[in-house]
Amino acid sequence: MNFEDYRGVWVFIEEKDGIIAEVALELLGAGRRLADKRKTQLSGVLIGDQVTGLAQTAFEYGADCVYVYDDPIYRFYRTETYMRAMLACVEKYKPEILLYGATSTGKDLASAVATDLPTGLTADTTQLDVEEDTGLLLASRPAFGGNIMATILCKKYRPQMATVRPKVMKALQRVPGRIGEIVEESIPITEEDIRTKVLEIVRATTQRARIDEADIIVSGGKGLGGPAGFQLIHQLAETLGAAVGASRDVVEAGWIGHHHQVGQTGVTVTPKIYFAVGISGAIQHIVGMQNSGLIIAINKDPAAPIFQSCHYGIVGDALEIVPMLIEGFKAALGRKEEADARKV
Amino acid sequence: MLHIVACIKQVPDTKIIKMNPKTNTMDRASAPAILNPYDSHAVEEAVRLRSRYGGTVSVLTMGPPPAVKAIKKCIEIGADEGYMITDRAFAGADTLATSYALTKALQKIAETRPIDLIICGKMTIDGDTGQVGPGIARRLDMPPLTSVNKVVELNREEGYAIVHRKLEDGYEVIRSTLPCLLSVEKEINDVPYSTMTNMLRAARYQPHIWSVNDLPDIDKTQLGLKGSPTIVSSVWAPEKPKGGTQLEGNPQEQVRQLIDILLERKELFQGVT
Ligand SMILES: Cc1cc2nc3c(=O)[nH]c(=O)nc-3n(C[C@H](O)[C@H](O)[C@H](O)COP(=O)(O)OP(=O)(O)OC[C@H]3O[C@@H](n4cnc5c(N)ncnc54)[C@H](O)[C@@H]3O)c2cc1C
Ligand SMILES: Nc1ncnc2c1ncn2[C@@H]1O[C@H](COP(=O)(O)O)[C@@H](O)[C@H]1O
Repeated sequence: MNFEDYRGVWVFIEEKDGIIAEVALELLGAGRRLADKRKTQLSGVLIGDQVTGLAQTAFEYGADCVYVYDDPIYRFYRTETYMRAMLACVEKYKPEILLYGATSTGKDLASAVATDLPTGLTADTTQLDVEEDTGLLLASRPAFGGNIMATILCKKYRPQMATVRPKVMKALQRVPGRIGEIVEESIPITEEDIRTKVLEIVRATTQRARIDEADIIVSGGKGLGGPAGFQLIHQLAETLGAAVGASRDVVEAGWIGHHHQVGQTGVTVTPKIYFAVGISGAIQHIVGMQNSGLIIAINKDPAAPIFQSCHYGIVGDALEIVPMLIEGFKAALGRKEEADARKV
Repeated sequence: MLHIVACIKQVPDTKIIKMNPKTNTMDRASAPAILNPYDSHAVEEAVRLRSRYGGTVSVLTMGPPPAVKAIKKCIEIGADEGYMITDRAFAGADTLATSYALTKALQKIAETRPIDLIICGKMTIDGDTGQVGPGIARRLDMPPLTSVNKVVELNREEGYAIVHRKLEDGYEVIRSTLPCLLSVEKEINDVPYSTMTNMLRAARYQPHIWSVNDLPDIDKTQLGLKGSPTIVSSVWAPEKPKGGTQLEGNPQEQVRQLIDILLERKELFQGVT
């Protein structure tokens, strides 16, 4: 394997229903940084049905080039079809680094591609860097249930691949009209070759914001005193258009369902803002939310460990503070709403 | 007869594990070894499918000798047979080397009893990648189906399976040819308490144990640390978000300050009205 042949940073542009997944835009941001450091190109690989038009969006978020596999056979994600397209592209153009979102699709695709190439694959990366002169990818991730961070290298194989957690990297500011090169690709593949069929797609009807995707999460803990106090969390969340999270103790007490639990044995979340209200800040909770953009803690005990893990803290009684926050935000965001209404 | 193999791993219980803060290594003694929680659902699903369609459930693990305990746990859940591959040559394997070794063992198992379906857990709580299942599937040239939260139907005669794959916002119904490999979500089933019969059987049960030389045509360069493309270069304690700016003043003032700080960063509230 001649490393000289492998150049450029690539991002798998995950798409669904004609929209590029947010994580792909984040990866273009992260990939741009790596590509600039290596003085090389940033490319996207876009696979789907009638997706060529989305390449423009990728350019505006930082891609120099997009390889497109546009065919009805790619209408739904299937490992078999997407993998073949990605393998063909990698073998033809040989990237040095290839990043995927750590979504169920991205992880599925990356695992299959890594085995066939073969090459190393680092899962659920939360930090990325590259050695300027060697091109060695430094992919770091939490390990052992968040107890440590580890940097993983792939020295002997190219491309170097990683899946990257959503909402950790930052997308670049969109540059409307930024241009790039579209490379249309195709491989011979027919429905008869494929052993899996998507019979039906059922979308969940729930309207409630999901905590793994939410930009803002308001989480409550035992400090709210009981289900009645916990209602304040729902109210603040509603005011902010946020999802509701909870500590394990609250879930076990039955104040809210288990899919709201944040933490090691619950969901790992990385919203832009995380409110921890009446939560003590046990390590098992912290590992599930520590990568949030802005962490705000409200706790009446100034010595609570949560204050070691937050960006802004308010020492006080949640039952008093939260209603004030609700009022305050309602007033402030309401004004914004009026202003927006005037604009239209 | 239907033959389902579940791949299972013994893992340190990362919930209670203690780390050595100086070296950032696990204090293994502090953490009891358990059956990877996700894998117990894989075994349970295999057992449920056996009760619907008949057949045999085997479990396979690669690990150090004490991992026999994890196999016994699977027998308690209801597995019929347990296989373990254990050898120094396997040590230090990443997901690629792990899927290679497990594939070799699966091929050997299939010599005596062909395999219709392989079930893996969604991920392990120590490796935490979810990559091994799809890796095995690719090596055996089976369709990998990840994020499975329901098995609707298995039809061995006609050679197909119908499953639900969980999506971010719902699920999709997939039909795949058999044999195939499923990686299953926790929610696919609840693992009930073991029956007394299974517990007694587990206590007496001796798994099939193979070393590297028992596996035919194995390429030793693809095993263990040597065969692993990824290497861990450094470990460190996770960074705690610092700052911890304590807002000052009476509650009203603190709330006012916080709202001002947040509203200054308008991008945070895009889409919120
Ligand atoms: C194996 C294992 C796995 C675990 N996994 C998870 C997990 O995934 N997620 C998780 O969250 N936990 C998990 N835990 C539990 C974790 O260790 C803590 O027990 C839990 O997070 C504590 O929940 P809490 O902060 O709501 O409650 P507490 O620890 O009881 O804290 C309540 C806090 O509220 C404050 N308070 C009280 N009254 C008020 C008031 N009026 N106004 C403001 N503040 C007030 C108190 O000062 C205190 O700090 C796990 C534990 C184990 C052993
Ligand atoms: N050493 C192993 N022995 C048997 N099965 C394994 C092993 N490692 C991983 N697996 C299987 O692969 C799944 C995913 O593991 P991982 O890729 O480590 O997250 C697990 O849930 C198991 O089903």
